[in-house]
Amino acid sequence: MLKDITLGQYYPVDSVIHRLDPRVKLFGTLIYIICLFVSDHVAGFALMTALLAGVIFLSKVPFSYMVRGLKAILLLLVIAGAFNLFLTPGEAAFTLWKISVTRQGIRSALLMIFRMVYLIIGTSIMTLTTTPNQLTDGLEKSLSVLNYIHVPVHEIAMMMSIALRFIPILIEETDKIMKAQMARGADFEKRGLINKAKAMVPLLVPLFVSAFRRANDLALAMEARCYHGGEGRTKMKPLHYRRVDGVAYLLILLALVASIVVAVLF
Amino acid sequence: MGIIEAKDLVHEYYRRDEEGNVESIETAVDHVDLSVQPGQFISILGHNGSGKSTLAKHINALLLPTEGTLLVDGKDTSVAANELSIRRNAGMVFQNPDNQIIASVVEEDVGFGPENIGVPTEEIWQRVEKALKSVGMWEYRTHSPNRLSGGQKQRVAIAGVMAMEPKCIILDEPTAMLDPDGRKEVIKTAHELNKKKGVTIILITHYMEEVVDSDYVYVMEKGAVVMQGSPREIFSQVDALKKYRLDVPQVTLLADELRKAGMNIPAGILTREELLEALCR
Amino acid sequence: MSLILDHVSYTYSIGSGYEVKALNDVNLKINDGEFIGIIGHTGSGKSTLVQHLNGLIQATSGSIYYNGADIYDKDYDRKELRTQVGMVFQYPEHQLFETTVFEDVKYGPKNQGLDDKKATLRAYEALRKVKFPEENYDASPFELSGGQKRRAAIAGVIAMKPAVLILDEPTAGLDPKGRDEILGLIKEMHDKSGITIILVSHSMEDVANYVERIIVMEKGAPLFDGTPREVFANYKKLEEIGLAAPQVTYLMHDLQKKGYPVDPQVTTVEEARQEILRVLGKK
Repeated sequence: MLKDITLGQYYPVDSVIHRLDPRVKLFGTLIYIICLFVSDHVAGFALMTALLAGVIFLSKVPFSYMVRGLKAILLLLVIAGAFNLFLTPGEAAFTLWKISVTRQGIRSALLMIFRMVYLIIGTSIMTLTTTPNQLTDGLEKSLSVLNYIHVPVHEIAMMMSIALRFIPILIEETDKIMKAQMARGADFEKRGLINKAKAMVPLLVPLFVSAFRRANDLALAMEARCYHGGEGRTKMKPLHYRRVDGVAYLLILLALVASIVVAVLF
Repeated sequence: MGIIEAKDLVHEYYRRDEEGNVESIETAVDHVDLSVQPGQFISILGHNGSGKSTLAKHINALLLPTEGTLLVDGKDTSVAANELSIRRNAGMVFQNPDNQIIASVVEEDVGFGPENIGVPTEEIWQRVEKALKSVGMWEYRTHSPNRLSGGQKQRVAIAGVMAMEPKCIILDEPTAMLDPDGRKEVIKTAHELNKKKGVTIILITHYMEEVVDSDYVYVMEKGAVVMQGSPREIFSQVDALKKYRLDVPQVTLLADELRKAGMNIPAGILTREELLEALCR
Repeated sequence: MSLILDHVSYTYSIGSGYEVKALNDVNLKINDGEFIGIIGHTGSGKSTLVQHLNGLIQATSGSIYYNGADIYDKDYDRKELRTQVGMVFQYPEHQLFETTVFEDVKYGPKNQGLDDKKATLRAYEALRKVKFPEENYDASPFELSGGQKRRAAIAGVIAMKPAVLILDEPTAGLDPKGRDEILGLIKEMHDKSGITIILVSHSMEDVANYVERIIVMEKGAPLFDGTPREVFANYKKLEEIGLAAPQVTYLMHDLQKKGYPVDPQVTTVEEARQEILRVLGKK
């Protein structure tokens, strides 16, 4: 169950998308999200689907990998979908028992589900094709202007990259502790909110303790390897734009324009 | 002069209560003298709580002496300005393989140290290649550390240190969390680096069979060095080793028992072949 | 009273494209009161195997019977099974969570539905069995030394009074002193209370000194199953799969090759000493 979370899981293959500058991918993802919210028509869906399919194809990451991230939000999707379906006022399409479903409800539920699903798939393309280090390098570089107003950009980026590195380890650890407590008779499927919360204590306390221990060890290991903040640091993989990145920027802007045009026309 | 020179080294941990008053003082390192020559392979034996890890952290300037001095490559660790150059010259590998790998890709992790000390990009790549090849992990350079075995992760950690081109590497119980295959892998790698690259190695462990091929062995107990000498000198004192609850290898133990039973077997048997030869004479 | 595995197989990540067959048609009978060592290197399926025994992992195919009852039967109480077949995981101290050691040990018995008084008694008994120092009963489990944490965690499982106790690498990360103490403790529990013990380990020498029966796992199935002497007789084959017999076993084989009439099936230092003195002592 926990292993389904795809966040921070880099998929190591060599593809055009993998080789793009992370700043391009960050910018692209941002534009992609804007496009998603601009599109509210079948034509917009079609355009986004085509774009997404193209990028997935280029990335060489198996489609099943991206869909896996959806399992985690399935419940959220169902609930949010139901809310939209039943609670949107408007012209009734059909009536289920006493609740009537409106045309507008169907439309907004579909739109919501479409946006959520595409959002997850789109952002997971970014994390699947970019190593956490590249991602944080990209963020650090893109946000470096903030340094002037004393935002510790390097530190934040380092924190993020470490967090991403440890997510899979902590997930595995959660699994282990859960099993160990189940072997001591713990029941994680108790009913009722308070009972559920109580049952989580034997899982969460050891998890926190372990996370702190790891943090301590890691800080020591980083210090031992001469880490002393961002000052005077060089980069193994410095970010340089290449021609393909320029092309990608152009394509991203084109996609934005196209989706705005589609949204205005239809 | 040696590459590491400890003189009368003392380290005390202060335990404080909630108001910050000193509750108790624990002497983790108790007047230790240590001298390591460049190119040597040194082992420090002792069980948990014997002070061997505290001592190790001094060599990397992660801890500073309460009393006495420690010179690494001629530089005093207690001088703050020496900190970075000491850490570069005396790299450190820790026990838990997961908690010392920083990046999510093997090569990026090996590049982390050189990045910190400001090595130019092109040279970082050369160093990463050299370091990964020296531990036999070059084929895994684009892998995620999470998919590697414990022994492989430790080799990546060693490469991460090698990439800083240190004169000396301190391995602080690098095999304690590994299976037998992983343990052999790591010890073999350490010996190879020592022989082929001339790196000084300080191996801290509680497994006696890992120190057989060292040049010199220190045994620690309650913060103090209680035995020191060549492996053969150490292994010939089976009773003392048992007293310190160390894990005497089966053949050494057997040879000692047989000698006590009146058989003519020399002291300090290290390997199966030696015992066989002694028995067949 | 026994545990029987009947054609048990287990496959990881079915349908994801990279399926791993962790257990491959395992047939096994574990009798009451046995002291068993399960050996194999990382990835041989030994940990997966023992997690089947208390129902934490469910087999992809095959059946498991505990005391004659099929544990996969839909009416079978698997929560009860988990208290009957106790399991101490690798690095068990990582599961400690209560404010005091004593409260932590009571967690298992309380989950079994015992009242506070009975759980308290169980905790006392368990902590005494693992020789946990009494002055630390009320200490926070996070302030203890490594060896003591391990004891507290083991007490947390035996407080449930399991009939079978499985320990997965109980000595991992401990120094020789701590290791001998924990293994000695386990042996004592087996000898005194007669519970079945299953010890998962990758150290041949540890296991040879304590257990009565060794099961060697390789590629998801038992490769050898017998007394330490029987199993170590296959030392050549063991070496091929990356496991080694105890050093003394090798020595005895070497001596035999040199023409000395020694019994090569020796697994401990004491046995080797007697055997060498018997044959060579007169020299």
